Amino acid sequence: MATPHLLIHDKKDTVGVVVVEGLKKGTDMLCVITADNSSFKLKSKMDVPIGHKVALTDIKKGDTVWKYGQDIGIAKAKIGKGEHVHVHNVKTKRW
Amino acid sequence: MAKKTKQNGKAVAKRNGSLTFRGWRRENGRVGVRNHVLILPLDDLSNAACEAVANNIKGTLAIPHAYGRLQFGEDLELHFRTLIGTGANPNVAAVVVIGIEDQWTKRVVDGIAKTGKPVTGFGIEGTGDLMTIAKASRVAKDYLQWASELTREDCDVSELWVSTKCGESDTTTGLGSCPTVGNMYDKLIPRGIYGVFGETSEITGAEHLARARAINKKVGDKWMKTWQAYEDQVIQAHKTDDLSDSQPTKGNIAGGLTTIEEKALGNLEKIGRECRYIDVLEPAEAPRKGPGLYYMDTSSAAAECVTLMAAAGYVVHTFPTGQGNVIGNPILPVIKLSANPRTVRTMSEHIDLDVSGILRRDMTIPQAGDALIDMIVRTANGRLTAAEALGHREYVMTKLYRSA
Repeated sequence: MATPHLLIHDKKDTVGVVVVEGLKKGTDMLCVITADNSSFKLKSKMDVPIGHKVALTDIKKGDTVWKYGQDIGIAKAKIGKGEHVHVHNVKTKRW
Repeated sequence: MAKKTKQNGKAVAKRNGSLTFRGWRRENGRVGVRNHVLILPLDDLSNAACEAVANNIKGTLAIPHAYGRLQFGEDLELHFRTLIGTGANPNVAAVVVIGIEDQWTKRVVDGIAKTGKPVTGFGIEGTGDLMTIAKASRVAKDYLQWASELTREDCDVSELWVSTKCGESDTTTGLGSCPTVGNMYDKLIPRGIYGVFGETSEITGAEHLARARAINKKVGDKWMKTWQAYEDQVIQAHKTDDLSDSQPTKGNIAGGLTTIEEKALGNLEKIGRECRYIDVLEPAEAPRKGPGLYYMDTSSAAAECVTLMAAAGYVVHTFPTGQGNVIGNPILPVIKLSANPRTVRTMSEHIDLDVSGILRRDMTIPQAGDALIDMIVRTANGRLTAAEALGHREYVMTKLYRSA
């Protein structure tokens, strides 16, 4: 199997994790869903460090963000498909 | 579910043969994988004498720590439980205890003596450091030479007690190293080992899932009560901000983890798909309900948590790390595994098992689980972990509140 750029835990997820170092904007990423080994392509909209997340779909401000098939927080800003998802645009709902 | 578990067990047996290791069987029947002669201080004041004894008698191990004076109530009980549990751990052959006074020293000695292993205590008051060091050194020398002649014997893997706690987590721990530990537990718990996980504060965000992994409702309710008590008595009672500044940690955030929920979900991958925990332990409490997976109420700080698990009697520790935690323990070998290729490259001296192939999809989780089982057996047989080779001996007491 070709080496993926992005891994996704669950089909329900709206974010995936960059698993290669030095990912550049405009990369045609190979994305693999680990739950069933299915794959798809997605273009990165920015440089994203290894371990950081990328939006798989357009996420509206106030939307729940899904990973592991679970709620991991809320979008504080609009996030475009292929953009970097982190503390600047997602927050826990706890506090 | 039971049938599937059995099949997993068979698969491991076939791949890894009979799955035995060579360990030291102690007087109480438990099996250790290290043969330490400990010089154990009752309190902070006795560290100097303990270190002097360990300097005199090469091959013994002093484990200095910061507390032991004017503690009271449950905090004092935990202090005693941690010291006695450390001395009683089967990775320890014999113990010399030194305390500032005789009575509390005797309490630790008596607790360790229940295992049947050699233990002697010394009080400093009325004697002074120098005479105490001389007397304790003679006993330590006898113990060391006695322990050096003890031999390992063949033991089934089911006699291992394997603990887990992760640290400096990032998104790769949830994808790779934590599920590797989970796969190991799914294979070895059915074979009869004891397991344990903890980190009460870091399950915040996945508490509904953690509760659901209890063996029954009663144990699940006990877990929920433990989590709620930590939340109310520790987090809510002492926080000065919304905690976003410490959970996730700066290291976690650098590694790509955004929220406490995301961190907790990755953390929980360590207990695999099939295991159910059978009881909830107090900090440093030894498990009493037979083989199986346990939950221990611990802090998420690595050295505190691993110290408590060692005191409960666990003999090998598995430690998934993302950004590269360097922790070790004086008596419990800590096996580090990482799926982060950058960490494996930049901090290679700290990593015992590289599972970054999971991220490249050239290694499956079950293959990684088998590789971890192999590393556990090698470590049990005597392979020094990276943390042992690098001299990491973090021994850190959990303190519940200020001393009197």
